[in-house]
Amino acid sequence: MPHRAFFWFILPSALAMLLFIAVPIASVVIQSVHIEHPKVMEEVETCGPFNCTTEMRVDAEATAKLKQAEPLGKFIGLETYFNRNHLAIDSVKTQWQQRDGFFSFVRGLYNLPFYKALSFTLVYTFVVTPLVIVLGFMIALAVNSIPKILRGPAIFVSLLPMIVTPLIGSLVLFWMVDANGVLGSAIQRIFDDPNLSLKASPPLTWIMLLVYGVWHSAPFAFVVFYAGLQTVPQDTLESAMIDGASRWERIRFVVLPHSAPLVTFVGLIQLMDNFRVFEPIVGFNASASATSLSWIIFNDLFGQQQLFGSAAATSLLTILGVCILLMPVLIRTWRQNNRVVA
Amino acid sequence: MTSPSATQYGKTSPLIRLILSAFLIVWIVLAAFPFLWTLWGSFKVEADFFSKVDWTFALSGERTIAETGSAFTGAGYYGAWVQEEFWRAALNTMIVTFFVVIISLTLGTLGGYALSRSGFRYTFWILIAALVFRAMPHITLVSGYLLPFFELNIWGILPTTIVVLVAINQPFTLWMLHSFFLNIPKDLDESALVDGCTRFQAFRHVIVPVMWPGVITTGLFSFLLAYNDFAITTMLLSQDNQTMVPKIGSFLGTTQVQGNVMFAVAAVVSATAPLFILVLFFQRQIVSGLTAGAVKG
Amino acid sequence: MISFKNTLLTGSLLLAFAGTVQAESACGIKQGTISILGNDFPALHAVVDAAEKCAGGDVTFSKNHSKDFKDVMIAALTADPAEYTSVIVNNGVLVTLMNDGLVKPLDDLVAKHGAALKKNQLITVDGKVMAVAFMANAQHLFYRKDILDAAGVEVPTSYEEVLSASKAIQDKGLMEYPYAGTFKAGWNLGEEFVNMYMGTGGSLFKPGSAELDINNEHGVATLNMLKSLTEYMNPDYLTFDSNVVQAEWEAGNVALSNLWGSRTAAVLDDEGSSEEVTSATMFTAAPVLGGGSTPSTTLWWDGFAISTNTSNEDAEATFIAMMNGISSDVANNNADEAVWLIDGYTPGAAAVGVAETAAAGAKPYPMVPYMGALHGAAGDELSDFLQGNEDAETALADIEAAYVAKAKEAGFLQ
Repeated sequence: MPHRAFFWFILPSALAMLLFIAVPIASVVIQSVHIEHPKVMEEVETCGPFNCTTEMRVDAEATAKLKQAEPLGKFIGLETYFNRNHLAIDSVKTQWQQRDGFFSFVRGLYNLPFYKALSFTLVYTFVVTPLVIVLGFMIALAVNSIPKILRGPAIFVSLLPMIVTPLIGSLVLFWMVDANGVLGSAIQRIFDDPNLSLKASPPLTWIMLLVYGVWHSAPFAFVVFYAGLQTVPQDTLESAMIDGASRWERIRFVVLPHSAPLVTFVGLIQLMDNFRVFEPIVGFNASASATSLSWIIFNDLFGQQQLFGSAAATSLLTILGVCILLMPVLIRTWRQNNRVVA
Repeated sequence: MTSPSATQYGKTSPLIRLILSAFLIVWIVLAAFPFLWTLWGSFKVEADFFSKVDWTFALSGERTIAETGSAFTGAGYYGAWVQEEFWRAALNTMIVTFFVVIISLTLGTLGGYALSRSGFRYTFWILIAALVFRAMPHITLVSGYLLPFFELNIWGILPTTIVVLVAINQPFTLWMLHSFFLNIPKDLDESALVDGCTRFQAFRHVIVPVMWPGVITTGLFSFLLAYNDFAITTMLLSQDNQTMVPKIGSFLGTTQVQGNVMFAVAAVVSATAPLFILVLFFQRQIVSGLTAGAVKG
Repeated sequence: MISFKNTLLTGSLLLAFAGTVQAESACGIKQGTISILGNDFPALHAVVDAAEKCAGGDVTFSKNHSKDFKDVMIAALTADPAEYTSVIVNNGVLVTLMNDGLVKPLDDLVAKHGAALKKNQLITVDGKVMAVAFMANAQHLFYRKDILDAAGVEVPTSYEEVLSASKAIQDKGLMEYPYAGTFKAGWNLGEEFVNMYMGTGGSLFKPGSAELDINNEHGVATLNMLKSLTEYMNPDYLTFDSNVVQAEWEAGNVALSNLWGSRTAAVLDDEGSSEEVTSATMFTAAPVLGGGSTPSTTLWWDGFAISTNTSNEDAEATFIAMMNGISSDVANNNADEAVWLIDGYTPGAAAVGVAETAAAGAKPYPMVPYMGALHGAAGDELSDFLQGNEDAETALADIEAAYVAKAKEAGFLQ
């Protein structure tokens, strides 16, 4: 396609992405290397309904003047990326020097907010993604083997975990897994432990979040794989059958290779979405035991003290993380693309 | 074995069928149980459905009987639809999803088609850029929009939200439609070009008629995004313009007013009904769409 | 494309028109725009709904109640003209707005239209009225009289007594987890820390600076008491916010709790609970700590402030409307929804806890600019300590480290 035609075809889409994604990303990059100006403080008398006290406050006018001179704030380079609430280079260094065995080093690392979040994020990504692919594939195979008349309802029910808004989905599940709830008490009965509580211990909270993640995302993989199954070439299947291939052999040697590109597609999207896990942590009130990178960003943006620079730095680290995760896929696409050009 | 699946996979041993069916039943139960529980519970009062005393209250309706005199109550539905005017939110959701789907697909088909037909190296970089864009956490983006939107005085209205949802959804739409168009043989539109059509005419007359399955599938995902989005709609819409999901969120409130939680539960059940109809209606298209599409990854 | 957009615009315009109700203004406002942003709970609905009666004629009115109002607040008020002419604030929120100079002094408006206000409703900073308060709130002790009687203990006045009473209830087998607190990691847990620390009599910051002063015996005493309390709490305590604690209370699972005054009416009403629980539920002042005399809690107020980026005309219209919203009628018609500071309000039975707490000399939640950074740091870092992963000193050092990083970025520390 000539450049000119290509340009007009891609323009609307590119414009939308440029304006609403690329420009914000650029401003986020700038934000992440600045901090706010030193606040001009003064001591004043503050009176409320209960008493009067002398308290510090920000001299908004004087601070605004500073801000006017340099609207972006104070340039500090990559300091925010390396401070204690992010990569914490200094703390990591001292902990490495004073380490007392590898295990205690890891423990110390886990005490730092960024690494705590990163560890859950990575575990979530690498546990949920493969499980979603496997489960989605199995559901697709199963739904594909039932009579056509039943497939519609089966598809709808299989989609439910994805379409019930996570806001309510997690609220309802949160109460169901409560020690007094229907699932919580069922689990207590199964393990015969009346004090078992999914919300109390970090490991159980992690497992709960992982299970929820798989449950919530499996429908996506299912829809894609189910559709893929419809295109399995009939003649190949039939000739395999004539050759006496068992059902398993047919799946192994015909269906699976055919679905390989789909696995890449689902894996790509899932890796990305799982790396940005956020909603279940809020929905399950789980931030005491599990945090994620997106959760840290949220906490910086909408917590008690708004920290745009911090949020910007974590956002860019998230993008970096996604890029590293996707590297194998990107390289593969690059090779394919080169082949096309050649 | 006369079911269609039999023709596809040949004869299956009863044992495997049994295992597959058992697996499917387990999955269906897992997928449907929380929803059915919610459906059932939406006719109870909060103290039963969210009972801290004993979960069996949700079945027996202990407190529902005490508070309303009968084991089932439609109070949640009445509160949501009549008292809190949930229909407004439903209307807004209809507007938002309709336009998000239409615009997303229009931009996405044009862009995806171009990406699939251009052999130049920059197509690769555009696709990669789209992926990187998709990696950006939504909350960071949204918090960046707030100030400009307030300054331009376009915050809180539906069109702004629609445009933002379209833009945020573009990377996924582009990728999906791009791989879909790769599967449509190039000969089709190239022969049209040879016949003297312009690029756009070729697209319009040759590609459009055969692209529907893939477009509909992509549309399903756009639809779900617009329908289910919370992060963006809750931050960018004023109270009057709220769509269903942020409205449901507002029923929960900071200090939940008792009973309002049940409005949320009833609203969720109501919000799922149209999806059921939609899935049944589009079932065949969804399947045939992905068939031709994403297969290439 | 173009036709889509047109349809869209027309559609939303139609909706916008449908939303406005035409009526004559009843409050003597000639014209102006009033738009109010605030949190989402019944007492504020009552105030804003009463203010809305001023709409009509050339007075346009809009409101936005959202539990996430803080998220859009700064951006909405930074724009000029501001999206909202007024924000309903509390101690913490007002400071955030003042840090950026987003709310204007109200002295002139108070002089002109504020005759009905009591002196203690005026929030003055450096002699200027920055907000008008209309209700008070505080976490204070909820207790079950019947359970305490059955356990043979007095109503606790200190946290040490709370522990012994809880133990007595547990030992008698009356309840498994007699105490409940709003210990959900994040804002709630941070608030518990600040509350408890207030009882030690220590100060959170070094005088006249943003430097933290919690890594001392006061901090250790605070953390140890929080930890001791968790022994009598449902093991899920780190997920408990006010909603869950209220549900636990109404289910009769809990006998003692330091819960918000704004929850009293909801606990006592006939929804969600049995007669046995509601009739025995009583309120008193928040307990003290370690033989101190200051209750371990913080006093909060809610009030309204007016945006800097608002024309004088709109500011005046908004002020008059809000004065209508906080009339004594509103207070008395919603007597149980809040502890009103409004003149002419007769406190209901549910207000006794907040009143006793204030009378006992509890301190207001500090209005210092860097309080948010400390509150956030404490709320995030304390869960490790409560889960038993580290000792009190390490936890305090963690809070301090997290605070320093935040305060530096926000420009409070160099």
